[in-house]
Amino acid sequence: MIEINKLNAWFDDNHVLKDVDIKVPKNGSFGLVGESGSGKSTVLRTITGLVDDWEGEILVNNKELGPKRDKAFYRLVQMVFQDPFGSLHPRHTIDRILTEPVNIHGLGDSDARVVQALEQVGLDNSFRFRYPHQLSGGQRQRVAIARALILEPKILLLDEPTSALDVSIQAEVLNLLSRLRRELGLTYIMVSHDLAVVAHMCDDIAIMNHGRIVERASATQLAEGTLEHPYSQQLYKAAGGYDRAVIDSFVDWD
Amino acid sequence: MSNETLLSVKNLEVMFNTPKGDVHAVRGVSFDLGRERLGIVGESGSGKSQTGRAILGLTAANGKITADQLKFHDVDLANLTPKQWRKVRGARISMIMQDPKYSLNPVMTIGDQIIEAYREHHKVNAKEARHRAIDMLDAVKIRDPERVFNSYPHEVSGGMGQRVMIAMMLIPDPELIIADEPTSALDVTVQLQVMAILDDLVRDRGMALIFISHDLHLVSSFCDRVLVMYQGLVVEEIKASALHEAKHPYTKGLLNCLPKMDGDHSDLPILEREASWAEG
Repeated sequence: MIEINKLNAWFDDNHVLKDVDIKVPKNGSFGLVGESGSGKSTVLRTITGLVDDWEGEILVNNKELGPKRDKAFYRLVQMVFQDPFGSLHPRHTIDRILTEPVNIHGLGDSDARVVQALEQVGLDNSFRFRYPHQLSGGQRQRVAIARALILEPKILLLDEPTSALDVSIQAEVLNLLSRLRRELGLTYIMVSHDLAVVAHMCDDIAIMNHGRIVERASATQLAEGTLEHPYSQQLYKAAGGYDRAVIDSFVDWD
Repeated sequence: MSNETLLSVKNLEVMFNTPKGDVHAVRGVSFDLGRERLGIVGESGSGKSQTGRAILGLTAANGKITADQLKFHDVDLANLTPKQWRKVRGARISMIMQDPKYSLNPVMTIGDQIIEAYREHHKVNAKEARHRAIDMLDAVKIRDPERVFNSYPHEVSGGMGQRVMIAMMLIPDPELIIADEPTSALDVTVQLQVMAILDDLVRDRGMALIFISHDLHLVSSFCDRVLVMYQGLVVEEIKASALHEAKHPYTKGLLNCLPKMDGDHSDLPILEREASWAEG
């Protein structure tokens, strides 16, 4: 469904992605893990056309992407951002937020589509005419997911979709994302700093550091803890909580 | 660790008066603190931060604090004048906030900020203060303390910024540190390294620490004792090492709903909140 070969990207003189290769099958779920500055979000942003200076090959649905994304691309690929406080227009009602993409794409029948999208993310109709500030963080993230789903895309790019949420709300949103993938046959690329979240959600995982994929692992390998690269091992150990001996063994990867 | 009580909190209540009515943020929290590391854990809105702020008299102007007892040694924290507060805040109790980006002064060098914190409470000349500040930056394991001393906050990374905050808060040598999500804005490995630095300093200097966080696992691997808060109430107090024996359904629910690296992709257990948990 998505194939990326030798992707390189630059922010001015900064070489931020270095030869990134990713392959995600249809209905698959691929996870990118890394710390801040590793380039994990930049991969998603390059796919959606938010990064200008890049080289390499990006194939979506066997079609190679050029420098510009057309409307058809955005019907196929949608992105959900990290912060539901920043990604929803504060002065638009939920109804308007959800209707806008329908109108842009001229799909028509917006009324039924809004109702359906809200239902898919588990929000009842009473939310429709509220403003984002009247919603909790978890509810806002559901709205952000509904906005992505309303165009009936096949691919969702998820950039830290739960890291701004409390753990109990995170569990609900992760379950929602799993269910949607099953029911709608979606394909995911999910970015997170949290190894456990990615291990739970994804079949294949790539660990990134300084713009490069340092290791690839399956969910099973992560469960068994059989990572090879010292950086991924360190990340794995850090997920285990506060342990003085482990911390003293940490190396800086700058 | 001695059993001497440093801080005694009995029936602490924090109430906010808002246009939408009163919000009861903290409802009758009680605990005694010795020279130990106490964790306060809860989700957003549980009252954990407001508990920490109330101890230090930092509750917002529309908030009202009441307590049967709020005593630090023999100082009654509930009835201090602003002048008396200045002798306690920073000097004897200090607070490390979440994000160094917002809690450091952006237009003042790091060195000047640390010196300011030190000279507020210690009468020393500029040269001595500079010397102490550089020593302190060294103590928080900053490799090139001279350079960082002369830098502005935007010139250092998040992890470095939080070490600077720790240096600044610890330099007056307080007895109690309240750390409110001090590492939540940092990457996991940096987070643990910063915690290790805090841990060492608190131990070496025999300080008490209140560590406020949303991360139950992290807190229990770091602290001696944990208070779990829900809607302004302490619903459970547990020894950190006995977290797996937690009894309250909220604590258990919080632990269960975390995704695990066990290769299992089935749905996560959802925390079903019961109305009875919020009844005092």
